[in-house]
Amino acid sequence: MLIRRPDDVRPSEITPEQVYLNRRKFAKALGAGAAMLAAPWSANAGDSSGNDLEPTPEDIVTSYNNFYEFGTGKEDPKKHAHALTTSPWSVEVSGAVGKPGTYDLDDLLKGLAPEERIYRFRCVEAWSMVVPWLGIPLKSILDRLEPLGSAKYVEFKTLYRPSEMRGQRSPFSSIDWPYVEGLRLDEANHPLTIMAVGLYGKPLPNQNGAPWRLVVPWKYGFKSIKSIVSIRFTEREPENTWKLLQPQEYGFYANVNPAVDHPRWSQASERRLPSSLFSQNRMPTLPFNGYADEVAGLYAGMDLTRYY
Amino acid sequence: MRGWISPAITEPVRRRLLFTALCLPLAWLGYAIAGELNQPGSVLGADPGEAVVLFLGEWGLRLLLLTLAVTPLRRLTGWAELLGYRRMIGLFSFTYLALHLLAYVALLAEFDWRLVLEDFSDRAYITAGLIGFGLLLPLAVTSTRGWQRRLGRRWRSLHRLVYPAVFLGLLHLVWLTKDGYGEVAAYGVLLSLLMVERIRHGAWWGRKAAG
Repeated sequence: MLIRRPDDVRPSEITPEQVYLNRRKFAKALGAGAAMLAAPWSANAGDSSGNDLEPTPEDIVTSYNNFYEFGTGKEDPKKHAHALTTSPWSVEVSGAVGKPGTYDLDDLLKGLAPEERIYRFRCVEAWSMVVPWLGIPLKSILDRLEPLGSAKYVEFKTLYRPSEMRGQRSPFSSIDWPYVEGLRLDEANHPLTIMAVGLYGKPLPNQNGAPWRLVVPWKYGFKSIKSIVSIRFTEREPENTWKLLQPQEYGFYANVNPAVDHPRWSQASERRLPSSLFSQNRMPTLPFNGYADEVAGLYAGMDLTRYY
Repeated sequence: MRGWISPAITEPVRRRLLFTALCLPLAWLGYAIAGELNQPGSVLGADPGEAVVLFLGEWGLRLLLLTLAVTPLRRLTGWAELLGYRRMIGLFSFTYLALHLLAYVALLAEFDWRLVLEDFSDRAYITAGLIGFGLLLPLAVTSTRGWQRRLGRRWRSLHRLVYPAVFLGLLHLVWLTKDGYGEVAAYGVLLSLLMVERIRHGAWWGRKAAG
């Protein structure tokens, strides 16, 4: 199934939510083994940490967001992101790459089928969710662009369009728009790293980063940059917005790590949303957000308290 | 100044009206909590515990600023009666802040004292807020006429602790804000105006009537 612009997708192509939820229930009923088959990347779900992969309800995934382009409140993105035009969408590819240029997103993704990935999503603010993304492995997209041998990093930029993104108009923001993020090329090429184009079987809602956003499940959420318009291949480590703002609090790597605290939030545990008034649903945070088996090797020999 | 207030609304009525107004945020919170108990997520969203804590903290800080605005307003309007409401507003502020702290310990930390102690010592914004609240504690206790009499001149000096307290409260907010400094700016401007007014009247740390 290829995800196109929301207005291109015929209603008949979309899995009705109830059918979708029933499928999930069905998978659950088959037991943990079947559920894990349905979610191949949830290999750590069965460990004893208590982290399970029951997806967070859709209305919470789409109404509790950090997307400062639309305001700093959690509910602001849902309120204001409808103003964003996501079609047409062009992406500029530049830097150490064989096929630089300006691409129409549809052309860039043509023939690449999104697959469902149920990932933990851990915010640096110590709350977390489980999101059933629809995504395309980033590697298959980057390969099309033919990175040069000299490329060591990939830099991404979010759209800068103050006329539609009211947070970018705010005089009280200290962010130097546009939002930028980056990955090492081997992180970008890791099979867990995807470009999400949908969630819950539907095209990505604007407040979640339409029309496409990065998802790097073993890193804090701020690495997973939304509404991307630029991909640049570089030899040097690119800047990232939060590190530029508060370098003593946010680093380039931002791997989920319960042993390295953020000055404002303990990272040892997390609150899995939704919480209720009298239960925070607190659970221990896992190294690399539960994906250590898959990704710890990327950082072998690195001092993770220094490269946080 | 009082011309626009109907003479039928006497001082005791005004006092009750103010009391009711200061209860309104609590009433809304009661309504929200009832809604949450009935249908989780219906009023306060995905993270209701945090919503309650933030709501109480914001109102505590606003009312603390309002408390500090009473004396400048009295000087500005010449309406002496205003001073009689200062204690009530201050005690409401203290109540909201005490509930803010309680809600943090009960709802967010869920009485996990190890977590609470770690936050108190390791998270600078929480340390600042806690010290600020600690400074308000003796002020609330000595807010009665009896204590005012007993402490005499020292009462006034003691109650100047409200200035470092409100400063720490604002610092607490600045430090927990990641971006979007509109609210912080508004409170900061208001506090600055109130302090400038005090300095102009020589009431700041001086011998003249209390600020």
